Amino acid sequence: MASLVIDQVYKRFGSVEVLKGINIAIEAGEFLVLVGPSGCGKSTLLNLIAGLDSISSGEIRIGERVVNNVPPKDRDIAMVFQSYALYPNMTIRKNLSFGLETRKVPKDKREEQIKKVSEILQIEDLLERKPSQLSGGQRQRVAMGRAIARDPLVFLFDEPLSNLDAKLRVEMRAEIKKLHQRLGTTIVYVTHDQIEAMTMADRIAIMKDGIVQQFDSPNGVYSNPNNLFVAGFIGSPSMNFIPVKFEEQGGQRGATLTNTKDQTFFIPLTNGSDYPVGQSAIMGIRPENITDTNEGLESRQQIIELVAEVKVTEPTGPDTLIHVEFNGTEVICRSCPEFAAEAGASMKFALDTTKILFFDPESGMRLDDAN
Amino acid sequence: MQSAERSYNPLTILENALPKLVVAPSFIAMMVFIYGFILWTVYISMSKSTFLPNYDFVGLVQYVKLWKIDRWYVACKNLLIYGGLFIGFCTVFGLLLAIFLDQKIRLEGAIRSIYLYPLSLSFVVTGTAWRWMLNPGLGLERLVREMGWESFSFDWLVNADMAIYTVVIAAVWQSTGFVMAMFLAGLRGIDSSIIKAAQVDGASLPRIYWKIIIPSLRPVFFGAFIILTHIAIKSFDLVVVLTRGGPGYSTDLPATFMYEYAFTRGRLALGASSATMMFMMVMALIVPYLYSELRSKKNG
Amino acid sequence: MASTSSRSYTEMAGRAALYAILLLFALYFLAPLFVMIITSIKPMAEIRTGTLISLPKAPTFEPWLKAWGTATIGVANEGIKGFFMNSLRIAIPAVLISTLIGALNGYVLSKWKFRGSDTFFAMLLLGCFIPFQVILLPMARTLGVLGISGTVSGLVLVHTVYGLAFTTLFFRNFYVGIPDELVNAAKIDGAGFWRIFWKIMLPVSKPIFMVTIIWQTTQIWNDFLFGVCFSTGDTQPVTVALNNLVNTSSAVKEYNVDMAAAIIAALPTLFVYFAAGKYFVRGLTAGAVKG
Repeated sequence: MASLVIDQVYKRFGSVEVLKGINIAIEAGEFLVLVGPSGCGKSTLLNLIAGLDSISSGEIRIGERVVNNVPPKDRDIAMVFQSYALYPNMTIRKNLSFGLETRKVPKDKREEQIKKVSEILQIEDLLERKPSQLSGGQRQRVAMGRAIARDPLVFLFDEPLSNLDAKLRVEMRAEIKKLHQRLGTTIVYVTHDQIEAMTMADRIAIMKDGIVQQFDSPNGVYSNPNNLFVAGFIGSPSMNFIPVKFEEQGGQRGATLTNTKDQTFFIPLTNGSDYPVGQSAIMGIRPENITDTNEGLESRQQIIELVAEVKVTEPTGPDTLIHVEFNGTEVICRSCPEFAAEAGASMKFALDTTKILFFDPESGMRLDDAN
Repeated sequence: MQSAERSYNPLTILENALPKLVVAPSFIAMMVFIYGFILWTVYISMSKSTFLPNYDFVGLVQYVKLWKIDRWYVACKNLLIYGGLFIGFCTVFGLLLAIFLDQKIRLEGAIRSIYLYPLSLSFVVTGTAWRWMLNPGLGLERLVREMGWESFSFDWLVNADMAIYTVVIAAVWQSTGFVMAMFLAGLRGIDSSIIKAAQVDGASLPRIYWKIIIPSLRPVFFGAFIILTHIAIKSFDLVVVLTRGGPGYSTDLPATFMYEYAFTRGRLALGASSATMMFMMVMALIVPYLYSELRSKKNG
Repeated sequence: MASTSSRSYTEMAGRAALYAILLLFALYFLAPLFVMIITSIKPMAEIRTGTLISLPKAPTFEPWLKAWGTATIGVANEGIKGFFMNSLRIAIPAVLISTLIGALNGYVLSKWKFRGSDTFFAMLLLGCFIPFQVILLPMARTLGVLGISGTVSGLVLVHTVYGLAFTTLFFRNFYVGIPDELVNAAKIDGAGFWRIFWKIMLPVSKPIFMVTIIWQTTQIWNDFLFGVCFSTGDTQPVTVALNNLVNTSSAVKEYNVDMAAAIIAALPTLFVYFAAGKYFVRGLTAGAVKG
C-alpha cells in the first residue's frame, strides 16, 4: 500500500503532446479512477505509472520513491489488462505463479499465495486449465488473481471490464470494490464508463485532450462540475444544457425559459449571484431536478413550476424520462411512471432552482466559481 | 530535477541496449551483404573491370556498350514476351481455378494439393521434366503422331523463334498454383454477406463475380502481379536447364546474360551493369508497391 | 414445375462441366510427374520405341540406381548421391541459423521497437526483393577473401544471409499479431527480454517456425543460382548436379536416368509439401501478400 503522486507530468510522442501537465495525488489505499473519452490520454497515463512508457517531463512518485526511470518490474505494481493478457501457453496456476517465479519467491511461499488468491477469487477449480478453456468472466478473475498474488504497492486496472457483457460487468464492478475494501491496496483504474467511475472511485480524475478537467470525489464531480465537459460527461442521461440570457424582472435577477407554446417561465437566481443583464449563459440542470409536481411542491421554497408539451416518453422502469423543449433545446425530465403524461399532452414539472448551474458559453467554465 | 533517480547502473544500460544488440549482427549483415554489395556492383559497372575488378572510374561507358550488344536486346525482348505471357496466363488460370474451386467442390483439398505441388519443385526439376516432354523426337510430338495425327510437328524447343514459349509453358505450369492460392485466399476473405446482399438484389452468379467479387480482389491482382513480375525478372534456372539460352542465344534472359558475361566470359563490368539494370527494373516495381503497402497499413 | 426441373438440369450440367474443367487441369498438373515416373522405370529401348505415356512393359529400377550411384556427373562416375548430401549439408545449418536469427529479429522488431527499428525493417523488406544478380560478383569476391569460396560453409553463409530478410519478415508479421499487452503483463511480472522470449513468445511460435523452416528448406534446397556461382566440382548442390547431368553433351542421352535423378532431387521438397502442405501454402501467401 502506497500513496501515488503525479506531478506536472507531460508526455510527447514526437511533436504530439498527449499529456499536458497532469497533477494528481492520492493517499495510500485510495481508489483512483481515470475516466474520459477515448484518446483523452488516460491509458497513456496508466502506462507511465506502470513504467511501460517513459515520461517526457515531470515526476511520478509511488510512496516516497521517484519512479521516473525505474523499470516496471522494480516498481512493485501489478496490472490487469483490458484483454486480460493471460499467458496462453500456461495453465492458470502457472499464470498466477509466473510473476512470483520471476521474482524468485520460494516454492512453498508461491503455493501459499496461489492458494490464498484462488480462494479469494473462487478460482480453485480452474487452476489446472488453460486460459482458452475459460469464459470471459473467469479470465477476468484470473487476471485479477495474477495481480493480487504479487501483493503489490499499487494495482493498475486498464479498462478491465470492457470485454464483459453488461450483467457480468455489474457483478465484477461490485466484486472489485469488495476486493479493494478487503485488501486496502491503492488502486488506479482506467475506464471510459462514467458509471464505473462513479460507483467505484474514492477519487475521480476526469480527463480530456491530455488535461485533467476535474479531480474530485464522485459526489464532487457530479454535483459541482468545473465545466461543461465534466457536467455533460458524468451522469446518465446527461445534464440538460439550455441557452439563456440574464435579465431582470421585478427587481429579481434571473433567466427565462420559453416552451413551444411561447409560455415563459422566469427562473430567479438563487445564490445571490449578480450576472450582468444581457449576458448569455448555458443553464445546466440534471433530469432528476425537473420532475413531476406530485412531490410536496408547495412545501419547498425554491421550486418553480413549468409547463411543457411532452414530445417523447422513455419508460426505464423505476422512472420515466420525458423529452420536452425549452428555448429551442431538447430537455430531458425525470418523472414517476404513474404521473408521466402521454406524448403530445401538456404536463406540469417542478424545477429545483437550487440545483441550477451556469456555464460560460464561450469557455465552458462555470460562471460561479465552483470551488 | 527530473533525473533524481536516473539509473546509471551498467546492468540496466545493458538491458536497455539488449534489443539493439540482438539485431545488430543482422543489421550489419544487411548493410554489408545487401546495400554495400549493391553499391559495389554499381561501382564496378562504372569501372574498367574485365577479368579482375579494376577501380578506375569510367562513368556510363559500360552501359553504352551494354545497350549496343544485340544479345542484351534479345534478352530484354525475351523478358517482355516471357514476362507478359507468364503473368497473363498465370493470372487468368489462377483466377479461374480459384473461382471454380470456391464452388463448394468435393475433394477440394486433394485438387488444391495437385494444383500446388509444382511449387515445391525446383525450377531445375521442372525444366528437366518439360525438356523431356517437349523433346522434339520422343516427346509430345511422337505422342500426337502415334495417336494418329501423322503430320504433327512440335519442335519449339529447338526452334529459335519459338523456344522462348517453351519457357513460358514450363513456368506457367509451375506458378499457376501459387496465383490460385493467392486468389483463393482473397475469395475466402470476402465478406459473404456482400454476396448474399447481391443475391437478394437478384443478381446472377456470373454477374456477382464480374461486378462485385473480381473488383474486390484488386489488391490480390496487384500482389500477384508484383510477385510474378519479380519471378520473371529473376528467372534463370528454368532457362538454363530447358534451353541453355539457346538455340544460339535466342532464349537468353537478363539473368542468364548477366551470368554468361560475368562468370563465363569474365567481363565483370558488363556483367555488373546488366545486373544493375535488373536491379533497377525490380526497384522501379517494388519501391512504389512497398511504399503504398506500408502507407496503407499505417493509415489502416 | 417444369421450369424448376429444367433449371436444376442446367445446374447439374454446369456442375458437371465445372468438375470436368477442374479434372482437366488436375491432369495437366499431374502429367509431367506421371511422365517422369514412368520414364524413370523404363529401359532405354522402350523409351526409343514408345511414347511419353506408354506404360513400361518391363519396369526396371536400374535408372534409379544409376542416377543415385554411378551416373557420370562432371568428371566423376558416382551419381547424384554425393551432391544430394551436399545439399543436406548446406540446407540444414542454413535453415536452422537463419530461422533462429529471424525469430529473434522478428521478436525485437515487433515487441522491442526502438528509434529506427521500423526503418531497419523497411530496408530489410527491400532485401527480400532484390534480384540476386546484383550481389553475385561482390559475394564471390568476399567468399574468396574469407577463404571459403567453393566450400559448403561458403554456401551456408550465403543462404543464411539472404534468407534473413524472409525469416525476419515471417516472424515479425507473426509476432505483431501477438498482443502487446501480453508482453507488458510479463514485464510487470518482472520478466526481461530473454525470459519473455523463452516463456511467452516461443511456446506460441510453433506454426510460424513450421512455416519458416519449410519456406527456407524449399528455397535453399531448390536454389540453383548460388549453387552454380559459388560452388565447384564436389561441393555442388543437387540442383547444379542435376543440370550438369541433364545438360551434358556426352554421347548417349539416358532419359530414364535423367528423370530418376530429377525425382531424387525433388523428393525432399515434395515430401515436405505433402507432409506439411498447410504450412507450405501459408508461408507462400504470407511471404507474398503481406510483403
